[in-house]
Amino acid sequence: MRVSPKDLYRAMVRIRVCEESFVEPILAREILCPVHLYTGQEAVAAGVCAALSKEDYIFGNHRSHGHYLAKGGGMRELVAEVYCRETGCSRGWGGSMHLVDPSVGMMGSAPIVAGTVSLALGAALASKIRGDGRVAVSFFGDGASGEGVLCESLNFAALERLPLLFVCENNLYSTHLPIDEIRVSRKIFELGIPFGVTSRRVDGNDALAVHEAARKAVSMCRKGKGPVFLECLTYRMRGHVGPDDNIQGTHTDIRPPAEVEKWRRKDPIRRIERHILRNRVASREELAEIRAEAEAEVREAHDFARRSPFPGEGITEPT
Amino acid sequence: MTAKGRKLTYSLAINEALHQSMERDDSVLLLGQGVKSPWYVGNTAQGLLKRFGKLRVIDTPVSENAMTGAAVGASIVGMRAVVVHPRVDFMLYAFDPIVNEAANWSYMNGSRTPVPVVFWGVVNRGGEQAAQHSQSLHATFSHVPGLKVVMPATPFDAKGLMTAAIRDDGPVVFIDDRWLYDVEGVVPAEPYVVPIGRGIVRREGKDVSLVASSYMVAESMKAAAILEREGVDAEVVDLRTVKPLDVALILASVGKTGRAVIVDGGWKTCGLAAEVAALIAENGLCGGKNLIRRVTLPDTPAPASRSLEKGYYLDARKIVEAVMR
Ligand SMILES: Cc1ncc(C[n+]2csc(CCOP(=O)(O)OP(=O)(O)O)c2C)c(N)n1
Ligand SMILES: [Mg+2]
Repeated sequence: MRVSPKDLYRAMVRIRVCEESFVEPILAREILCPVHLYTGQEAVAAGVCAALSKEDYIFGNHRSHGHYLAKGGGMRELVAEVYCRETGCSRGWGGSMHLVDPSVGMMGSAPIVAGTVSLALGAALASKIRGDGRVAVSFFGDGASGEGVLCESLNFAALERLPLLFVCENNLYSTHLPIDEIRVSRKIFELGIPFGVTSRRVDGNDALAVHEAARKAVSMCRKGKGPVFLECLTYRMRGHVGPDDNIQGTHTDIRPPAEVEKWRRKDPIRRIERHILRNRVASREELAEIRAEAEAEVREAHDFARRSPFPGEGITEPT
Repeated sequence: MTAKGRKLTYSLAINEALHQSMERDDSVLLLGQGVKSPWYVGNTAQGLLKRFGKLRVIDTPVSENAMTGAAVGASIVGMRAVVVHPRVDFMLYAFDPIVNEAANWSYMNGSRTPVPVVFWGVVNRGGEQAAQHSQSLHATFSHVPGLKVVMPATPFDAKGLMTAAIRDDGPVVFIDDRWLYDVEGVVPAEPYVVPIGRGIVRREGKDVSLVASSYMVAESMKAAAILEREGVDAEVVDLRTVKPLDVALILASVGKTGRAVIVDGGWKTCGLAAEVAALIAENGLCGGKNLIRRVTLPDTPAPASRSLEKGYYLDARKIVEAVMR
């Protein structure tokens, strides 16, 4: 399935508008739960999920708003969950770090670093056992490359030839540590090679390139030639948690301003916008309309969330 | 306590224990996530990197299993490693080196080598952080033979127990609580230890014993003040060490009051409160109905929403209710 650049644009803009809409309510302390904004990384979620069908599985991490939306999760249910309301996708029991919609293959997200990698492994295993042709995707960051479970999962996935796509979103930072302080090589994708996993790196701010690479990877997985490891080089434009690390207590964004500026110029949305206009895929007006639709959808979702009750007092037994 | 008046926060008391222990003994090292930044561990590690250098103060990749194993291994060959986990939740990746290796090492190797390692885990909950960023797992660690588990409730104990944990020749799990970090108290400037395995009576009373640890001690003190107005004279026992328990202290208090309300920030089933209750019952104290009560978290994961957090976490009011019920 190859989607049009316009659809990728729409998917990315929905995520961007949604993410930026959280800034104010976070600063106003209307939203309390820890929120890890996806701004800047939209091309990865959009490009990968556009290569999947609804039945395919994805598993996310602490920074998964984009994954959830790109896979087809509802805007209202996402926003309400971030506000920890009863109408949220996790009933307000999980907050921003626990997004789920099994009906569209978003099987869940959780903030223990690399914690869901082996869960995606298991989903891929189930898919192989049942022969249902589904592919599983695990989204994780550069920080997760430090956890042993990633290597264990790469090995077993390769051994069993599982339909599993490892998507490493390398945004060059793991909380306060730049990548050079957590590993000797910047090339995370090379991790897969000794295990016999097809591994490559793509420009994670180029939605078309991510999509093309994901399409090939998914097609390999469906043919029994998985797993595939895809490292997407990208950057987050907001704080590790919340809008800006510099304004939160003693936390400081240790990223050099010039580096942030360099990446701002590589904005994935402006990039695909340029591509669309240059190739006359859509007009400026059409793109503005897409943005306006997203803004209306997001505004409505905030209204919905604010109107929604908090989950009932007292403890609800997990079902 | 000699230094009358010198006050320090709980977090800076931990920091002072680390500074003095590293100063006193070159074999002490600190490793874990965030030790070079206030990001994870607040100011508990401040100044250490600058003073003792990158060889002994190591900010690590996100690799809890290997980093914790490395702390154990370094300690087996003669170092005294402190490995910090900025949330107890992250420590579960390190369960194997803590339980299979460190706890058993000395015994299964015929007591040939001590394992003087400190596993420092921070309880960091609330703020709608949900199930994986909120857990209190001290009972889980306390279940394992070979581990000692300490949980300071005051700045004085935070320094004294960290120092004692570092000087101990066996593996010690040191669990502190972010909700206590800004609490101030008198902390002597010189190095000292709070003996592991000894509790303390924080408030004398004759009607009921509130047995608590860590953050729950402060809430129990508040509860005792409220109860006093209700005409109930509560004694507050701070366990300080939850493994091994100060059995004599607990039994003496409960023997005197005849009633025990055990307050624990962990879950109920197979929890610390259950252990204390069993000890009391086994010793023939509080035989009657309603004479032993547990005030614990419910047996559910931590919720996110502020509306559910309120019902989930414990406070003085819930302790008072349990006493009055
Ligand atoms: C097991 C575990 N250890 C530590 C943490 C604390 N932590 C939260 S996010 C994070 C870094 C994640 O970095 P990366 O994987 O690159 O994702 P990014 O935040 O850059 O998207 C860490 C260490 C955690 N959540 N889980
Ligand atoms: Mg990262």
